[in-house]
Amino acid sequence: MSIATTQKRGFGAVLWDYLTTVDHKKIGILYIIGGGFFFLLGGLEALLIRIQLIKPENDFISAGLYNEMITMHGTTMIFLAAMPILVGLMNYVMPLQIGARDVAFPFLNSLGFWLFFLGGILLNLSWFTGAPDAGWTNYAPLSVQSPGHGVDFYVMGLQLSGAGTLMGGINFIVTIVTMRAPGMTYMRMPLFSWTTLVTSILILFAFPALTVNLFLMMFDRMFGTAFFDIGLGGNSIIWQHLFWIFGHPEVYILILPAFGIFSEIIPTFAKKRLFGYTAMVFATFLIAFLGFMVWAHHMFTVGLGPVANSIFAVATMAIAVPTGIKIFNWLLTLWGGSITINSAMLWTLAFIPSFTIGGMTGVMLGSSVADYQYHDTYFVVAHFHYVIVGGVVFAILAAMHYWWPKMFGRILHEGMGKLAFWTFFIGFHLTFFIQHFLGLMGMPRRYWVFLENQGLDTGNLISTIGAFFMTFGVIVFLINIIYTAVKGEKAPADPWDARTLEWAIPSPPAHYNFKQLPLVRGLDPLWIEKTEGKGKMTPAEPVDEIHMPNGTILPFIMTLGFTIASYGFIYQVDHKGWLIAVYAGMAIALGCMLIRSLKDDHGYHITKEELEREAD
Amino acid sequence: MTENTNTNKINSFQKEQNKVEMRKQIITFALMIFFTMIAFFAVMLGVSSTFVIPLILILAIVQVGFQFYYFMHMKDKGHEIVSGMIFGGILVAFLVIITFVAITWW
Amino acid sequence: MSHDHSLNPETMPEDPAKATMEGKHKFLGLWIFLGGETVLFACLFGTYLALRNSTAGGPSSQDLFGLELVFLMTLLLLTSSLTSVYAIYHMKNNNFKKMQLWFGITALLGLSFLGLEIYEFAHYITDYGFTFRSSAFGSAFYALVGFHGGHVVFGLSWLIAIMVRNAKRGLSLYNAPKYNTFGLYWHFIDVVWVFIFTVVYLMGMVG
Ligand code: HEM
Ligand SMILES: [Cu+2]
Repeated sequence: MSIATTQKRGFGAVLWDYLTTVDHKKIGILYIIGGGFFFLLGGLEALLIRIQLIKPENDFISAGLYNEMITMHGTTMIFLAAMPILVGLMNYVMPLQIGARDVAFPFLNSLGFWLFFLGGILLNLSWFTGAPDAGWTNYAPLSVQSPGHGVDFYVMGLQLSGAGTLMGGINFIVTIVTMRAPGMTYMRMPLFSWTTLVTSILILFAFPALTVNLFLMMFDRMFGTAFFDIGLGGNSIIWQHLFWIFGHPEVYILILPAFGIFSEIIPTFAKKRLFGYTAMVFATFLIAFLGFMVWAHHMFTVGLGPVANSIFAVATMAIAVPTGIKIFNWLLTLWGGSITINSAMLWTLAFIPSFTIGGMTGVMLGSSVADYQYHDTYFVVAHFHYVIVGGVVFAILAAMHYWWPKMFGRILHEGMGKLAFWTFFIGFHLTFFIQHFLGLMGMPRRYWVFLENQGLDTGNLISTIGAFFMTFGVIVFLINIIYTAVKGEKAPADPWDARTLEWAIPSPPAHYNFKQLPLVRGLDPLWIEKTEGKGKMTPAEPVDEIHMPNGTILPFIMTLGFTIASYGFIYQVDHKGWLIAVYAGMAIALGCMLIRSLKDDHGYHITKEELEREAD
Repeated sequence: MTENTNTNKINSFQKEQNKVEMRKQIITFALMIFFTMIAFFAVMLGVSSTFVIPLILILAIVQVGFQFYYFMHMKDKGHEIVSGMIFGGILVAFLVIITFVAITWW
Repeated sequence: MSHDHSLNPETMPEDPAKATMEGKHKFLGLWIFLGGETVLFACLFGTYLALRNSTAGGPSSQDLFGLELVFLMTLLLLTSSLTSVYAIYHMKNNNFKKMQLWFGITALLGLSFLGLEIYEFAHYITDYGFTFRSSAFGSAFYALVGFHGGHVVFGLSWLIAIMVRNAKRGLSLYNAPKYNTFGLYWHFIDVVWVFIFTVVYLMGMVG
């Protein structure tokens, strides 16, 4: 055998490795690749929307296709792009940060990924036969009445990927509670691990509402029940409540990890301990708590009555307080620090003002009386893009630059990173700032065309031009990835002179993460060792054999079964023959569960000798 | 239990403890059945609804408390995180119920 | 296998279900899952409460429900909760046979509960023509009670699978957590039922 073949495994072997992996790092990378793929799809959809709106009464795409486009764009971006990429980062980084060798439920972790991914694929298969077209909020009765199978794909696709997310959430909570390294007390955990914990708690309590809601929708559409059917005494407001009881916590599921990412990057590049660590942790919990109390601010115009509207308005505005605490703590961390400005830091610095604008429009929207004017206009579109793009997407890009060396052992190219940043940043504000004014002038959201000479022409043109800038930025970022993979500078274990545990191990880490679990002596453990002149972690245990879980193909096959069954559910409405797919799919999935529970799987051990052979 | 030789060697203190615990569980069970019977009889006997609805709801909550704290051992040590999760769930559950009773249109 | 998990009186820890790391994970993971289930059932209860009077001219709860049957079902399920406590008690004493016996009784009680529920639904459908399509009330009723029934089915399959699986192997540190998590799950099913008989059946009769 030549040296080349021993070093480079065949494509088949790599594929099999990833299909069967239960390693949290590989699963994290899978999440990021999957989420990145859907991000590109959603971005393409966004571009088509903006091209349609480049001029008045455009007919670039038809009205029906336009509705499908906005629905798929929103659904894809929230469920299949932003959240999975964040979950991928949590998967990769959190166990390293708390000094764990693994997660608590490696099997569930892999199952969660496949459910997300195949759920997303299922949803996107709808493009071939007609995509969902009732908006990402999918309000009844519009959605119940929507012809064709588009909404059915929405229901089944999200049901699958939602189940995956829930498993991921439980896994993270248990991991953080039980698997922290010696000395890693809760109040020594890095903020990103904290936000992972709190986000997982939000997932745990928010996603069941989505599950139930989708279930009701599925039965109304496929089996003739009457939950949302006014004629039989149903009530379509139930959908809205359940959707937003899930939906508002969902936006915090997106933004809290982003906050965590910035709370890692700022101290690293300002060379200062995070200002107000305790307040940051407390604010995270407060945001999570309040996040459950405000969902009806999406329903101010439904007619809940003045009392309910007032309560929800006050609660909504209250969220600005803990959010403000965070903003000030970041600013005070930067204050007087010796700041390095690179790509990761550019995204971070751009986040602060951009997100703050989004927060301020949020408070405006939270004023229930004023919301009668803003609701369902481009003002709302501008608001949520400022928080989601200016907050979440900026965070994801910052995190890519920050953790890329750890994940792939190479540093992303700085020049291209900066080019991507500036074009995307300028494009973002071009696209969305003007939309505030379009909205205030009365341009409703989700309309296929607008009319000439109503003062909307220029604004829409500028907005579309901005979208092209952002597209350019994304393309540069993609080129950067390819360039880095081929020619990128090799990364040392700690390229940023950083503070937390993940930087104490090689880049990329060994599959067991830590040869010896580290002894944590305080917040920013690696930094403590550096300031005390040691520069590396003290081991908390002698080198000893390590217990690892076995890889398995079962999660993938199980999910395949569920996906086949979902397909059957969608089409059995037309022809009962499709019930075969339901039964077959369920049989496959249940069979896998049975194998899983009947076959003992004790994992394997890496011996002491093997560990000692590997250099560190 | 004497016929089983396997258990004889187990720490007798531990065994005694398990037995005391089991006795508490049986008392719990008896109370649960008792509460259930009160609830059913109150409704069957046609007690006025303004009185009976709060009554049966309270009985249900107390009974569920028994399940959680005794049958499921939430009273024991090492259940702090567990309690946090359950009470978090109950809080959200409460919000959901209030919403559907109070501000959903008919 | 370098690491043997089987139990003998010397290796018997105080609580075999939580003696290993995997056991601790399973224990905590299941409880956290139950926190999520609480919200899941709250949403179904909420939907039911919003729709319980929307009979659309069809049968109402007073027309349908018979409390004797529900009382019997309640007794069966509550008792099955106690029998599973007995089973866990024997697990802690490392008495595998008795544990299997009491879990077997639990399964029988659960099965009889399920039988009565199926009978109940069949009775509503054939005698009253009351299905989940009849009215919003019908949809909400079958969704809530059916979801609970689905949990019973899942729980029973799970229990039977681990009982059969381990019948010959005896208790070990590897399978004790599985029994224990099943026990917790089963109690939770009972908790949900307590609210179902109170909110659906008893309150449904009061009006
Ligand atoms: C200071 C904090 C915030 C406040 C006060 C706030 C308030 C609001 C209000 C009142 C609405 C409803 C507007 C309407 O439909 O008439 C809204 C919509 C929205 N917000 Fe926020 N928000 C805040 C932060 C966030 C964050 C952090 C995110 C996401 C990361 C977010 C995402 C969204 C989305 C996606 C919508 C639109 C939902 C839709 O109708 O499709 N918001 N916000
Ligand atoms: Cu909101």
